[in-house]
Amino acid sequence: MKSKIYNPWFLAPLVLVYAALFLIPMIISFFFSMTIWTLTEFRFVGLYNFKTFFSEYSLRIGVKNTLLYAALTCGFKAIFGLALAVLLTSPMKTKNLIRSILFFPNLVSTIAVGMIFSSMMHPSRGLFNSLLGALGIAGPDWLGNASLALFSVIAVDVWKGVGVATVIYVAGLMAIPETYYEAASIDGAGGFQRFRMITLPLVQSSINTVIVLAFIGGIRTFDLIWTMTKGGPGFATDTMASIIYKQYAYGFYGLSTAGNVIMFLLIAAIVFPLYRFLISLEVDV
Amino acid sequence: MMKKKNRYLWIDIIAVVASIIIFIVPFYFIFLNSIKDRREAGLMNLTLPTTIHFENYLEVLSTQKFMLIRAFCNSVLITAGSIVLLILVCSLGGYVLQRITGKLTGAVNFVILVGLMLPPAILPTIWVMNGLGIYRTLFGIILVEVALNIPFTTMLFRGYAASIPREIEEAAYVDGCGPWRMFVQIIFPLFIPVTATVTVLSSVNIFNDFVNPLYFLPGGKNPTVQLTLYNFMGRYDSAWHLLFANVVLITIPPLILFIFFNRKIVSGITAGAVKG
Repeated sequence: MKSKIYNPWFLAPLVLVYAALFLIPMIISFFFSMTIWTLTEFRFVGLYNFKTFFSEYSLRIGVKNTLLYAALTCGFKAIFGLALAVLLTSPMKTKNLIRSILFFPNLVSTIAVGMIFSSMMHPSRGLFNSLLGALGIAGPDWLGNASLALFSVIAVDVWKGVGVATVIYVAGLMAIPETYYEAASIDGAGGFQRFRMITLPLVQSSINTVIVLAFIGGIRTFDLIWTMTKGGPGFATDTMASIIYKQYAYGFYGLSTAGNVIMFLLIAAIVFPLYRFLISLEVDV
Repeated sequence: MMKKKNRYLWIDIIAVVASIIIFIVPFYFIFLNSIKDRREAGLMNLTLPTTIHFENYLEVLSTQKFMLIRAFCNSVLITAGSIVLLILVCSLGGYVLQRITGKLTGAVNFVILVGLMLPPAILPTIWVMNGLGIYRTLFGIILVEVALNIPFTTMLFRGYAASIPREIEEAAYVDGCGPWRMFVQIIFPLFIPVTATVTVLSSVNIFNDFVNPLYFLPGGKNPTVQLTLYNFMGRYDSAWHLLFANVVLITIPPLILFIFFNRKIVSGITAGAVKG
């Protein structure tokens, strides 16, 4: 009876589009990453592109920056988001308003956000340094200083993305039955104890979602970096994705695809084990 | 008791002030400077404009032979086309994936999960699109947006299908209803809530997308609004008033969606995230 109610052919359009424009390109990328490639012609060169990638500083630094970027944006979003969500599930009157305000930057395109902050981080005229100047502090060149630029972009990423983390946490927090807290209070647990022993374990699955989403997003980051610094100054803010774009723009298609493959492997090597570990922290209610 | 109430009042006040300073001021700054003249906008401060210049908006719209208007049309077309296709493809697929459990659906589920994690392989995608003759076309970018949004959207539909009781379908089957009619007349209408979520979430995503048009729709002929802003940044880096006006203009469509569908967006994100 089942096969007559449900027609497996319903899956065909999905499989067709997904295979043609996601799966097949992904699979053949492993082959083209080992070639010198012009889109029309290719020459097989084995692991040459990968060797180049890891032997040149300007390319290698992308891996380091990407990992730093992913770890920091993910960590800050996970922590700030949780703090904000706890605040926004307290008996505040304005919590709905603040949730909306917090979430709004997510709806603005990353390009626009990058533009807004690039202008506010302008070294001489930008809003940040004007305010610091008024306090008598000489502001830094937020995006032009090689040791600071990556962190400036990370801060903007957290500013834009903390709203999503908060929303996910709020949903998790609201699912915790109020009676648990009441019981704990009767047993004499203080605020911190209640957070540590009830909130934290029961919100673990939300924490996992936030961490995995933010980490993957961080490894794939491109548009914010590209609009704010274009990978500069020097290569100080180049990430995997910006290097993939640069090599594509220079016409090194094989090398660019190798960058893509390295990004796959990086995500697979970190996110899958991370996810397993996080799942093991979850408790059954 | 009174003390506690007072404490929350203070938390309210501090939280509102802080969120205004941190999250609203940047947008206020952009709007304010978008109606200043060139020189005042270049100072990039928060003082009120001495004269108001709403004509900046007209100038941005009309520059380069009304490029931005064409970009708006393209972006709206891409967004609408992608969403219609996405809903069609994923509602059918997600439904069947939830109902049939077998080797085939298991495999499809797995590769979709992979798509949630891994980024697209860009140049091979261009290579495939070239082969299909859809590279640098609006239709091509629509298909790419659909392919890349399939994992998340299918998950939403699959999750929602679980809440629809099979008894409805079994009764319809006994009454002689085939799979297609069943889907069109019974299941799809029940999918309306999740379809609305998908529409709102994906339209923001696709309208705001920069990376895919940059790769798959290059060249100045068919710009999207995000590409136009990006190109303006390179070209008019001293005309801040025009850049700011451009930002305001391309933020209006998501802003409208946000005002009307605030709750829907938030519930959609949590539904997708928690099930993921």
